[in-house]
Amino acid sequence: MSLQDKYKPLTDAATAAGVSDLQVREQDGILYIDGTATDGKTKDQLWDVYNQVDPDYRSGDLVLNINVTPAAAGSKATVVTDESNLNIRKGPGTDQPIVGKAAHGASVTLLNQTNDQWWLVKTESGEEGYAYARYLKAE
Amino acid sequence: MKKHTLTAFVAVLLFTSFTLFSCKSKPSDADIQAAIATAVSTIPGASAASAAVKDGVVTITGQFTDDAAKSQYETAVKNVKGVKSVQDNANVQPQVQAPVTAPVEISADDALNKGLSDAVKDFNGVQASVKDGVVTLTGEIKRSDLPKLMQSVSSLRPKKIDNKLVIK
Repeated sequence: MSLQDKYKPLTDAATAAGVSDLQVREQDGILYIDGTATDGKTKDQLWDVYNQVDPDYRSGDLVLNINVTPAAAGSKATVVTDESNLNIRKGPGTDQPIVGKAAHGASVTLLNQTNDQWWLVKTESGEEGYAYARYLKAE
Repeated sequence: MKKHTLTAFVAVLLFTSFTLFSCKSKPSDADIQAAIATAVSTIPGASAASAAVKDGVVTITGQFTDDAAKSQYETAVKNVKGVKSVQDNANVQPQVQAPVTAPVEISADDALNKGLSDAVKDFNGVQASVKDGVVTLTGEIKRSDLPKLMQSVSSLRPKKIDNKLVIK
């Protein structure tokens, strides 16, 4: 079974969910699916489908890179850490100094989401810096 | 009297034969239609096009796969005997550009390493290594954290993710 066939439920789901810029490419025996979802929920749904096709993502034959359409600058995001504070850093990287913190459940203002991993945000107390995108949920 | 009758008869005969002859030289719309069908039958890319004949005027409608097929069809129709003029109302199928598939961008190991240290930082017990773009994840992780980690690692554009994590 070709990789495209194996992951057809995923590409079908992506198409049905209206994922834009959907690209499905096979290179050196690995399938690369790229696209942009309108929201984080759609992205999570697609990862669920991936998990159904390839339980616990064990096969190593797919790189699924679904981005979420950036929210408008100035819109809000919620801090979705497990329970701890979210570090706000000077630059995009954990090697960068911490310039502030945002509490679990707090709201921050999104300033720039051009980096997939690190978003530039402003906390409620006015600190500006980079936070890891995994812990932010656009409202 | 007899002579007149004969003259009239000859005239009628002449007229009739002329009419018949002229009919033969001037094909009917049905004849033209049949001739067109034969003339265009071998033109590729014209299966969605058709021609209608009325009083020797041919109207082409439908769609051709390309401009060449359209002009070939039009020429073939014009060359059919009895066709007075051709009105070509057909269009050409828009060309769908075959998407140029750009090669997949794979991040360099340095960039992957930096991104990985950020991605695994909060998952105690997870180790990540990179070689030639291939990310290998080892150690332990909670099942509920696995999608989060995989999403972060995938967004770094690795060549491959080798997930050897033990799920707690």
